[in-house]
Amino acid sequence: MRKIKPSMKERRKRVLQALKGLGEKIYTQIEKGKFPWIEMPSRSTDNIYYDPELRQYILGDKKIRRSAGNIRHIASFTKLVWTAFFVRELTRERKTSTLRDLYYSAQAYEMSFKDQAESDNIITDLETVIGHAREDFNVFPEERSAVFGDLTIEYNVPGYEGKRLNLTSHPDGVMIGPALTSADFVRTSADKVIAIEKGGLFTRFIEEQVYRKFNAILVLTAGQAPRATRAFIHRLNTELELPVYIFTDGDPWGMHIAMVIISGSANAAHLRDLTTPDAVWSGVWATDIVNYKLPSDKLTDVDIKRLHELARDPRYKGELWQREIKTFMKIKKKAEQEAFSRYGLTYIVDEYLPAKLEGEA
Amino acid sequence: MSQIFEHISPADFFYRNRDIAGFSNPSRAIYSAIRELVENSLDAAESIGVPPDIFIRLTRIKESGRGVSVYELRVQDNGTGVPSQHIPSAFGQVLFGSKYRLKQSRGTFGLGGTMAILYGQITTHHPAHIISSTGDSRIYEYRLSIDIRRNRPIILQRKSLDNDHKWRGTIVEFRLEGDYFRAMPKVLEYLKQTAVVNPYANITFIDPRGRLYMFTRATTSMPPPPKETKPHPYGVDVEMMQRLIQSTDARDMLTFMVETFHRVGKSIAKNFLKFAGISPKRDPKKLRPDEVVHLVQKMKTFDEFLPPDASCLSPLGEELLKAGIIKEYQPEFIAAIQRKPSTYSGHPFIVEAAIAYGGNIPRKGDIVLFRFANRIPLLYDEASDVSWKIIKSINWRRYKATPDMPIAIAVHVCSTKIPYKTVGKEFIADRPEVSREILFAIRYVARKLQKFLTRVEYKQKELRRLNIFAKYLPKIARFSTDLAEKKRTPNVDKLIRSVKRIEED
Ligand SMILES: Nc1ncnc2c1ncn2[C@@H]1O[C@H](COP(=O)(O)OP(=O)(O)OP(=O)(O)O)[C@@H](O)[C@H]1O
Ligand SMILES: [Mg+2]
Repeated sequence: MRKIKPSMKERRKRVLQALKGLGEKIYTQIEKGKFPWIEMPSRSTDNIYYDPELRQYILGDKKIRRSAGNIRHIASFTKLVWTAFFVRELTRERKTSTLRDLYYSAQAYEMSFKDQAESDNIITDLETVIGHAREDFNVFPEERSAVFGDLTIEYNVPGYEGKRLNLTSHPDGVMIGPALTSADFVRTSADKVIAIEKGGLFTRFIEEQVYRKFNAILVLTAGQAPRATRAFIHRLNTELELPVYIFTDGDPWGMHIAMVIISGSANAAHLRDLTTPDAVWSGVWATDIVNYKLPSDKLTDVDIKRLHELARDPRYKGELWQREIKTFMKIKKKAEQEAFSRYGLTYIVDEYLPAKLEGEA
Repeated sequence: MSQIFEHISPADFFYRNRDIAGFSNPSRAIYSAIRELVENSLDAAESIGVPPDIFIRLTRIKESGRGVSVYELRVQDNGTGVPSQHIPSAFGQVLFGSKYRLKQSRGTFGLGGTMAILYGQITTHHPAHIISSTGDSRIYEYRLSIDIRRNRPIILQRKSLDNDHKWRGTIVEFRLEGDYFRAMPKVLEYLKQTAVVNPYANITFIDPRGRLYMFTRATTSMPPPPKETKPHPYGVDVEMMQRLIQSTDARDMLTFMVETFHRVGKSIAKNFLKFAGISPKRDPKKLRPDEVVHLVQKMKTFDEFLPPDASCLSPLGEELLKAGIIKEYQPEFIAAIQRKPSTYSGHPFIVEAAIAYGGNIPRKGDIVLFRFANRIPLLYDEASDVSWKIIKSINWRRYKATPDMPIAIAVHVCSTKIPYKTVGKEFIADRPEVSREILFAIRYVARKLQKFLTRVEYKQKELRRLNIFAKYLPKIARFSTDLAEKKRTPNVDKLIRSVKRIEED
């Protein structure tokens, strides 16, 4: 069993420092009788590049400047400063807010956002400005995923400081919410992470004691993994140095769920620590559909269109990806994770999983 | 079977065709009666340059059923008064009047006031009561009715009273059947618009409910009175020519031309007679009928006649037109124009127009149009009027005007002969010379409005801009102070002031 250095208190301090720095910059500008302004990397598509070394999208050198002296900027500038002010309170008091909460909270300060899309966008601006993901300043989306496995964590949230929990304590798994996201890792006996797209299979894996048989921490992504989950997987991979295997449905959409965990999305090009470049997509592959003779459905036109898009995507350059895309296009079939039930409920655990993990390990 | 031929008198004719004179139904009758008497009173005061004081009272005498009642209408003025010997004819004989001469006046036909009295007599069988004095030592009082068949006044009673206070004016009082309550909106609108276009008049109205409406003058300055003028050659027809020839003292054509027509001097007359092939020495009374026709035709094609001058016209002038609208509507903005005199078929005319924005001008979802002709408001048949057609043909967005704005346009046409389409004097016909002038006038004031609206828009935009800075800068200061963990919030007043591009007013 490994001892791990706690990291979350340190990260919180950095976030608070960054927010304060932003405030100081603006404060000084006003004091000098100038219209305050800030500069940040542009997130427009022409400034998003794929970095093969980092194996994720990054922002280029193009900068945009937001100035309070510009009538078109001043409202969003103010909202950005307010958001910084608001999340600093959150972070200081160790409280959390959903994106929706934050959208409503602004109304108390007489500067309502037009819609949640606007407030979400301002939050992304703030991420870009201070270089931290919103989860680091305690703002979370609604969707939640879960984790199960032998990992002991220590909470940092008020009322639970110092409290520890082993993530096998709940047979349904533990929700990857704000409290878990800000918790420190204490120890684990696991030697790998298995991320699973669907809740049904996640439950099956717990029932079949996969975490014990394979010494694995199980993560339910519940479809496209929320950013908190991607950040959590990243931490499992970097802080605990655990290899990560991803199981999804065998179709272009499942493939892309894996890809976003591995290489991130263009939307998060301004952020680091959300990707796990060494994670492995372990299935269900197109070749599995053939090799295991899985029950399958025909690919729809939308599926095929998506495959063509993925074929051109720089993240899909790798040999495995190209091979699987080609196979999908050839067989024109897709299969769900549950398709293995055709061979009995435990087949996937007893036969398929070992073969797959071996193949990659 | 033999046909029966009969002769009808003018009174009979107008009675049978009372709708063309504006007495088509009980509601319209009330409106027209008030209007005709008020206009006579305005004419009477203006013709001696006195600011009119007009007092109108409409009293309900009894119900006749179905909303129709018998009313007594009394209109009093401070005008010329009518000389005693003319009173019976002026009020008891159709087509008798003092306004046939060639100068601008409201009345033209010698019909309006008498028609109202005639209508009253027919519906109530009650005599009219006229009191008048020209300001000398006597006041005359008549009870009259009209012999419709013979178009003759019947004098029922005549009194002569001492005029100790040198009162001058006329009181006309008679009964008529009508429907005031249906007529009311139009009557009140008529009085209001009359007050607009006669800003130097005091008009008081007590309606049958006992309500008092006062339209008080905003000024005592009046437009210069019109001068009487001779007919212009372009406006003369054969009938008129024959009358002119009959009444002339001239012995030869040259003298006849110079003495009879407007702005015709010796040399123009000579040139014209040469052009027409008629010797200057001819005796006008000896022209053969075909020569008279020829003369009239040539007059219309000769292009050296000078255009008529406009001294016979009495436009309001830009200032008075504005004053009238300001007094009744208190607009935020107003612009007016008086076009140069112009002519159509030998008749001089002047177009004046004003545009007003805001204040008490109603938002109707469309431009409000006030139409005036010789200082009479025209209220009926708006859609047939030339001004309305012109307004509709203009692309108002070019002038930054939208239908939801409170905009009013006033068009005043004055002429010795307004091109009315009917004797009811309700709308102006579409004469190209007139409509061109109206179009130019409206365009001119529309451009003024555009400038105003642009300025308003700019000011509003600036104000919005300023408000945005004033709203957000303090917040930025406050939040950044908190973020930076400072105590004192920096002052942003200077920054806010620096974005101000206009002075607030
Ligand atoms: N209030 C008045 N004061 C002085 N004279 C008047 C008054 N009312 C009528 N008259 C005289 O009576 C005449 C007849 O009036 P009436 O209204 O019938 O015709 P009009 O005004 O000449 O023409 P129109 O038919 O256009 O009204 C007028 O021309 C005028 O001389
Ligand atoms: Mg009259």
